[in-house]
Amino acid sequence: MDLKISKEDETFRRELQKWLASAVSAYGSSPDRKDYQARREYDTGWQRNLFEAGYAGITWPAEFGGRGLSLNQQLIYYEETTRAKAPYVGTNFVGLLHGGPTVMVEGTAEQKERHLGPILRGEQVWCQGFSEPNSGSDLASLSCRAERDGDHYVVNGSKIWTSFAQVADYCELLVRTDTEAPKHKGISWLIMPMDLPGIDIRPLPTLLGESEFSEMFLDNVRIPVENRVGTENDGWRVTNVTLRFERGTAFSGEIYELKVWIEEIAKAAEAAGTLDAPMRRKIGRMRAEVDGLGYLLRYTIAQAGETGVPGVGASAIKLFMSELKQNMGDLSMQAIGRAALSRQDVGGLPADEFTFETFQSLSMTIAAGSSQIQRNIVGERILGLPKDR
Amino acid sequence: MSFTLREDQKALQQGILDFCSNRFPRDQLGAIDAWSFDRELWSDLKEMGVFALQVPEEDGGLGLGMTDAALVFVEFGRALMPGPIVWTHIAAKHIEGAATGETIVGGIDLTKGQDEPLLLENFESLDTVLVLREDGLWEIPKADMSGEPVRESLDPLTPTHLITSMPSGDRIGDSSESARLAREGTVLTAAMQLGVAEATTEMSVAYAGTREQFNRPIGKFQAVKHLCADSFVRQELARGAVYGAAATLEHPEVGDENRAASGAKINAGEAAMKNARTCIQVYGGMGFTWEVPAHFFLKRAWVLENAFGTMDEHSDLLG
Repeated sequence: MDLKISKEDETFRRELQKWLASAVSAYGSSPDRKDYQARREYDTGWQRNLFEAGYAGITWPAEFGGRGLSLNQQLIYYEETTRAKAPYVGTNFVGLLHGGPTVMVEGTAEQKERHLGPILRGEQVWCQGFSEPNSGSDLASLSCRAERDGDHYVVNGSKIWTSFAQVADYCELLVRTDTEAPKHKGISWLIMPMDLPGIDIRPLPTLLGESEFSEMFLDNVRIPVENRVGTENDGWRVTNVTLRFERGTAFSGEIYELKVWIEEIAKAAEAAGTLDAPMRRKIGRMRAEVDGLGYLLRYTIAQAGETGVPGVGASAIKLFMSELKQNMGDLSMQAIGRAALSRQDVGGLPADEFTFETFQSLSMTIAAGSSQIQRNIVGERILGLPKDR
Repeated sequence: MSFTLREDQKALQQGILDFCSNRFPRDQLGAIDAWSFDRELWSDLKEMGVFALQVPEEDGGLGLGMTDAALVFVEFGRALMPGPIVWTHIAAKHIEGAATGETIVGGIDLTKGQDEPLLLENFESLDTVLVLREDGLWEIPKADMSGEPVRESLDPLTPTHLITSMPSGDRIGDSSESARLAREGTVLTAAMQLGVAEATTEMSVAYAGTREQFNRPIGKFQAVKHLCADSFVRQELARGAVYGAAATLEHPEVGDENRAASGAKINAGEAAMKNARTCIQVYGGMGFTWEVPAHFFLKRAWVLENAFGTMDEHSDLLG
């Protein structure tokens, strides 16, 4: 058991650092958070740069245009891109971390051909059509209906919390294809082109006052049957492939961001004059917690490298990280004191970033399986306690 | 090169687990009123090479590293192994006879926190005492010290004395040696805390899965299930921190040894204290009895919290 870095990994890190040093500053600063078209261009442009430099799809197999490197190198990638303040994955998130990996495992040759390369090159933006107004934590109860009509599915229903729907090219869509079967057995996973007739997107402003989320209403949308991933009614299993990715390594970047954030909080506290002994103690404690999370991540990923599946730590990481980020948000607001009454920087203090991250952190114990659902998963699947359903 | 247990480490872990459950079984803890030093148990630990684990093979040791030692001490924590095992282990290079367990070593860490009143664990059984000070590593033969046993120790398995007189002793190492021993003691204590956290999670889960109320196992209720899940999360975070610190002490080039050691003590301290409390809560009324061993874990967690720096003291070091 050791934390040593192999020569190969060290070389990978040095080359990446070198590339980032010039590429990040050359790329320019991010657009207005409310300008979604500009954000798409910014995020996909950076993805294109990554692809050309050989840093897209670190762990994706070479046959799909990736680098076929190790999970360790993926971690180094997250660490270095966060440290260098490179553009965040942003609008590419669903394609790179959900849709793409699912198509890679479950898709047909044509689907792989049509989507994987373009996702890696930043030519395709995906969004996620899973949750519905009446199907949140109980996702499998979803009712968005798809009926066969020849070689098409005719889809009716609505979806919610769809990030970046207004600028996406494709949607990973869960639909009910069998209303008689038990709820887990009647779901199918479809790739929906976002330019089909009958898709109505309405912005859903979040508590940040921004409309990253949308509601999506589907009215007789005709999706070719060849766009189904996996067999009909097997969509729940296909979905769990995606969720496993999400609960595995997809959070690595966030953990490195927390490492950076706690140092920014310490700096801001000093500038704001709030860095007294109790504040130092809280900062020290959070440094320890974020370090612990980083080690647990490395341990979990090393286990995944041996066994092929993320270790049992993944749910623990998600639970702890989302609560830590909220605590760090509280601390960041305390650190800048009354400057946090403004959502824009004031008095030389980073009120914009701190209030944004603090608000944003509130979604983390809800999205991708709420903390309550995660605790059920830990209790039942890991600890073997009896189900209450 | 991987941050997971090697096959030989898994075997070592299993071997110590087996030894502990045979030699110091959990279901007999309830019979313990107050512990007196068990020479036979100590001699078994000696024979297993527990104190010579990190001594190079050419010097008669086992030639293992800090990660191996940490895994062993996790199991000791899980079993609530009594005695001055951490101090005797870290004294191996400085005190003649410590590596073989012939000399029983206790210690006082004066590099952090409070130094009065001076309470010393396991004083009666010791041959000699190490004192960690900012200015170096000091040794005081036990015979030169005097102390009174406290009437009742917090942890029945950790008899404690109030030290009434103590000479300054001999300086046997410089400040960097003192700091090194403090770090090793911190990480091995954190490893024991991880063991306490694991044991109490196991006990909570086992009881929640079998105890029935309202005609169903109480673990079916989310209120109880989530207590267990939170224990698991704290335990895993502690595992990351302890393994990470041990690996950092073994190969200092991978990180900051002091930061990693403090981080282990903070995360493992939190897990040990909270998981032991949770265990008492899950057991309900029975958890408040002497018979159910949950309280021994909470009491030990408190002793370990006060060894080699508390969570707050380590947080201050990182702040």
